[in-house]
Amino acid sequence: MLEVRDLQVYYGVIQAIKGVSFNVDEGEIIALIGANGAGKTTILQTITGLISPKQGEVLYNGVDLKKLPAHKIVSMGLAHVPEGRRVFSQLTVYENLLMGAYTRKDKDEIEETLQHVFKRFPRLEERRGQLAGTLSGGEQQMLAMGRALMSKPKIILMDEPSMGLSPILVEEVFDIIKSINKSGTTVLLVEQNAKKALSIANRAYVLETGNIVLEGAAESLMNNESVKKAYLGE
Amino acid sequence: MLAGVDMSFITYLLNGISLGSVYSIIALGYTMVYGIAKMLNFAHGDVIMVGGYIIFTIMSTLGLNPILGVLIAIILCTLLGMTIERIAYKPLRRAPSLAVLITAIGVSYLLQNLALLIFGAEAKSFTSVIPVKPLSLAGGRLSISGETLVTIPLCILIMTSLTIFIKKSKIGRGMVAVSEDKDAAVLMGINVNKTIAITFAIGSALAAVASALMFSTYTNLSSTSGAMPGIKAFVAAVFGGIGSIPGAMIGGILLGVIEILSRAYISTQLADAIVFLILIIVLLVKPTGILGKKIQEKV
Ligand SMILES: Nc1ncnc2c1ncn2[C@@H]1O[C@H](COP(=O)(O)OP(=O)(O)O)[C@@H](O)[C@H]1O
Ligand SMILES: [Mg+2]
Repeated sequence: MLEVRDLQVYYGVIQAIKGVSFNVDEGEIIALIGANGAGKTTILQTITGLISPKQGEVLYNGVDLKKLPAHKIVSMGLAHVPEGRRVFSQLTVYENLLMGAYTRKDKDEIEETLQHVFKRFPRLEERRGQLAGTLSGGEQQMLAMGRALMSKPKIILMDEPSMGLSPILVEEVFDIIKSINKSGTTVLLVEQNAKKALSIANRAYVLETGNIVLEGAAESLMNNESVKKAYLGE
Repeated sequence: MLAGVDMSFITYLLNGISLGSVYSIIALGYTMVYGIAKMLNFAHGDVIMVGGYIIFTIMSTLGLNPILGVLIAIILCTLLGMTIERIAYKPLRRAPSLAVLITAIGVSYLLQNLALLIFGAEAKSFTSVIPVKPLSLAGGRLSISGETLVTIPLCILIMTSLTIFIKKSKIGRGMVAVSEDKDAAVLMGINVNKTIAITFAIGSALAAVASALMFSTYTNLSSTSGAMPGIKAFVAAVFGGIGSIPGAMIGGILLGVIEILSRAYISTQLADAIVFLILIIVLLVKPTGILGKKIQEKV
């Protein structure tokens, strides 16, 4: 479904991504784990067109995403929940959700998706008239995920959804990701919380300073000695 | 009841609010463009001057209906604003802000010199486009000009419709999203370039309206006529809190009132200096302006 081939990304003269390849198949949860600064965010931003790669390809169902302007990518069924949530603080919860459906036309269908999102995140419905900037961190994360779901994505990219949340909320966020995947959406999950990410993923890639150093089934990575040492704190 | 009130003070106050309304309308152009493209379009004042010449040409040179002149000025200024953005600013989207600022100053001089070339150095005398008769009150001791009677309500109408447009329309919400977080807006599928172009179009159309109102009261039209009101409207935008639409309105009106009252009661020569002095004091006390939000720097 999504295939990244030999991706190389530079910030000025500094190479942040040094030839990364991986693929995500329909229905999977793929985890991309790695320490702070490894290049996880850069990879996601390159996929959704916010950064242009120097080399390499991002193929989505065979279409080269590099050839599309960034704002056209979401309507192809690819949603991105950015690091740090990035909700629109001056807009209400409801308006933020509408922004997620910006490229969709049919009002009835949008309303239907909205009801689905409210069912998944009852807190958002309770706070629909509240400015997003006044929400708690956990609520903002729910809003960022709900906003992405408003585009009815086939695949959803999530950048550190558990960052800065309390353990209970982390648990909740991972449960939600699992259930989003169960209802048919493919997930590419970027996390520093390797333990939790591996526990819900099918497969995973380990990123170190711009290179993929390990890949495999999530279970086998969980039992890998070097992964245990470096990422699972065992 | 009005007997004890100094009628000349009320006249000055109304003139100040009227001039301030014009500043507000111009300030909208600065504040919206700043909010969305994070740049200062210093050529904005000169679009007003161009609007003035367009109306003058249609009305006085060609002898056509003044309202037709205003409508054509609105259309042409809109196109001019979008053209400037497309040719001069769009290629600089990722350039340092100093490069953008210098370009804006360059565009400003270009427009002034083109006007000088086409219309000559001699100032033209603009004829009011406003067909409203002055209103006489308090037994003839208070007279309100037709320009004031039109300008103030029109300014309120513009502010209200713009606020509703931004709050309620899809394009308006897209503008808020782009002004807050361009990347997140792109992820929603918003075309940032188109949104910026629309913002320039709105600002420039309003500049044409402002030019009709301003030159109807201050009738001296030359190639530099847009510069000073442009700078003052920019000051008004900063005064009210740059990026904020109600801020532009409050800043503009305060500026107009302070300017007219200083001119009347303190000194004609010092009026502009007083305006800028008050700006400096306001910014020392509240660096983000009256209604300004804290500027969020992204890391
Ligand atoms: N805008 C930027 N300009 C320059 N360097 C950057 C920028 N963003 C990230 N980097 C660098 O690129 C590398 C990868 O960063 P990032 O993709 O944010 O990593 P991660 O998401 O894994 O923490 C880091 O070394 C970081 O310092
Ligand atoms: Mg990151």
